[in-house]
Amino acid sequence: MVENIIEVKNLKHSYGDFLAVDDVCFSVKEGEIFAFLGPNGAGKSTVINILITLLPMQKGTVRIAGYDLATQQEKIRGSIGIVFQDETLDRDLTVWETLEFHGRLYSLPRSMRRQRIDEMIHLVELDDKRNVRTRHLSGGMKRRLEIARGLMTQPKVLFLDEPTLSLDTQTRMRLWDYIKKVNEAGTTIFLTTHYMDEADLVSDWINIIDHGKIIASGTSLELKNALGRDMIYLETSDDEAALRLLRTMEMVKEVNRSTRGLAVTITTDGAHCLPIIIARLRDEGIGVISVNLKKPTLDDVFVHYTGRELRSAGAERMTSRMLVKGGR
Amino acid sequence: MGTEFMTVYWRDMLRFFRFRALLFSSLVQPALWLALYGAAMSSNFARFTSIVPVPVGEVSVSYLTFLGAGVIALSTLFTSLFGGVSLLFDKNWGLMREVFASPMPRSHIIIGIGLSGVTKSILQVLVLMGFGLLIGVKFFQNYSMLHTAFAVFGILAFVGVFSLGFLFFSSAVSMRMETPESLQAVITLLSLPLFFASNALYPVDAFPGVIRTLSMLNPLTYMITGIRYFAIGGDFYAQGIHYVYTPGQIISAFLVLVAFAMLMFLVAWRVFRRAVVT
Repeated sequence: MVENIIEVKNLKHSYGDFLAVDDVCFSVKEGEIFAFLGPNGAGKSTVINILITLLPMQKGTVRIAGYDLATQQEKIRGSIGIVFQDETLDRDLTVWETLEFHGRLYSLPRSMRRQRIDEMIHLVELDDKRNVRTRHLSGGMKRRLEIARGLMTQPKVLFLDEPTLSLDTQTRMRLWDYIKKVNEAGTTIFLTTHYMDEADLVSDWINIIDHGKIIASGTSLELKNALGRDMIYLETSDDEAALRLLRTMEMVKEVNRSTRGLAVTITTDGAHCLPIIIARLRDEGIGVISVNLKKPTLDDVFVHYTGRELRSAGAERMTSRMLVKGGR
Repeated sequence: MGTEFMTVYWRDMLRFFRFRALLFSSLVQPALWLALYGAAMSSNFARFTSIVPVPVGEVSVSYLTFLGAGVIALSTLFTSLFGGVSLLFDKNWGLMREVFASPMPRSHIIIGIGLSGVTKSILQVLVLMGFGLLIGVKFFQNYSMLHTAFAVFGILAFVGVFSLGFLFFSSAVSMRMETPESLQAVITLLSLPLFFASNALYPVDAFPGVIRTLSMLNPLTYMITGIRYFAIGGDFYAQGIHYVYTPGQIISAFLVLVAFAMLMFLVAWRVFRRAVVT
């Protein structure tokens, strides 16, 4: 049985009159990548700051790695690693010194500390930057160093607060490779992000938070399927006939005319319905000129639950796009 | 108690020696002060004090020698008042989060910064004393080697405890302040009255009553008394005033500084325990 490594119950936090976190409950299983997704100001950072012991807990119960946050803060501090939002590197220390400082903060014995520093520098491929001051590192290298630092003490959970903020796409992809590698080696990952695509790509479990409340949670697939809103866009040789036919089909929820052709809303998984629909249309002698399947993105999930777009929402993503030549 | 404060100390010293310009200026600036101000005032004071007769057989010290202790105190005060500023930068740059989220007790930050500040002050004072002796400050006159060593140790003890007090104070203020500018404002506001309402530049005996009372509440006065006792002696004339210090007075001056440092530690500790850095 997999243990819950983080257990949060009825967490509440307010700044003056402003309720930033409103009765949040969730749990994180050991070994998974858990994402907290939400727009800026949704309460993600407040939650993570409480969990990493920087912000005093006002109400609720939190257990991390078996320790109670209210009474065993120091134990928790020793069992977690943190990669903070924004840069937290002393620009005048070298890569090696940065890690040495961290190891000493956590009272790692000297020989073990030195060994871990070597391992970490190697893991994040900063071997040739060992004696370079952090001010001379690129944004991606700095982040990698921060990840190395967070991992140095072999934490049970690694907290990553917006780890890829302000990095370019390539660097982001590489960073996720590291994070996945770390996760595969057994470290539980707790991350916050407002990038839908990243949460989608790496997380085992996603919590969507808005206005201090968790409004949806599940795997990425579950969240998207729960919408039941796969869309198929069809262009046919006879839209009128196709429309009548589609409306008789059970798997079709709704058919509307769109600018070019038809927009079909499917009740179940669109990828399975599509071949059946095309076959039926052909059987009836209706030519299919083009087909376009659109899976809901996490953005759609977000819009569905909140009624508004995520501020930093990316472009629509087509998970499947095909062109079928029709004809008699 | 663990020794994690040595981590904070290590980092702060690393930075101190890394910034050669800062290191250099912190050592040269007080020396310049002593050389320029000391030399100029010394010749002026020499004119006034020559009319005041010093009893035969008594020790009379030049203004430069009198001022030597004051300049040591001045540089210690300024170095210590600014000693906590690195905490403000750590806080504003987000570096403090790493430390606050670590298992290290917060009191160790205060102790670490305190010790590194004391180290800086001691280095500065040693350089300053050496330079002073070169340009004619008459410290340790007619002292044996052993007596000199004891005197230097005594001076450093006073400097150390005084410095700790103001470093803790500076750490507390730095933690509370949002910007370097506001810290600068507090320090500027404090440093001048502290400096002038003390016996650093001139004898307090000639002060108006209120300022003299202020100077008796001023930790700087106690440190300077200690330095003069060890550097010049317990019985001397300067600017026509007869100074007599008994060992008892010196011990109580030291205890006042210890009490001040302890009080400031408690203030800083309270600030640090309550501080939230996110």
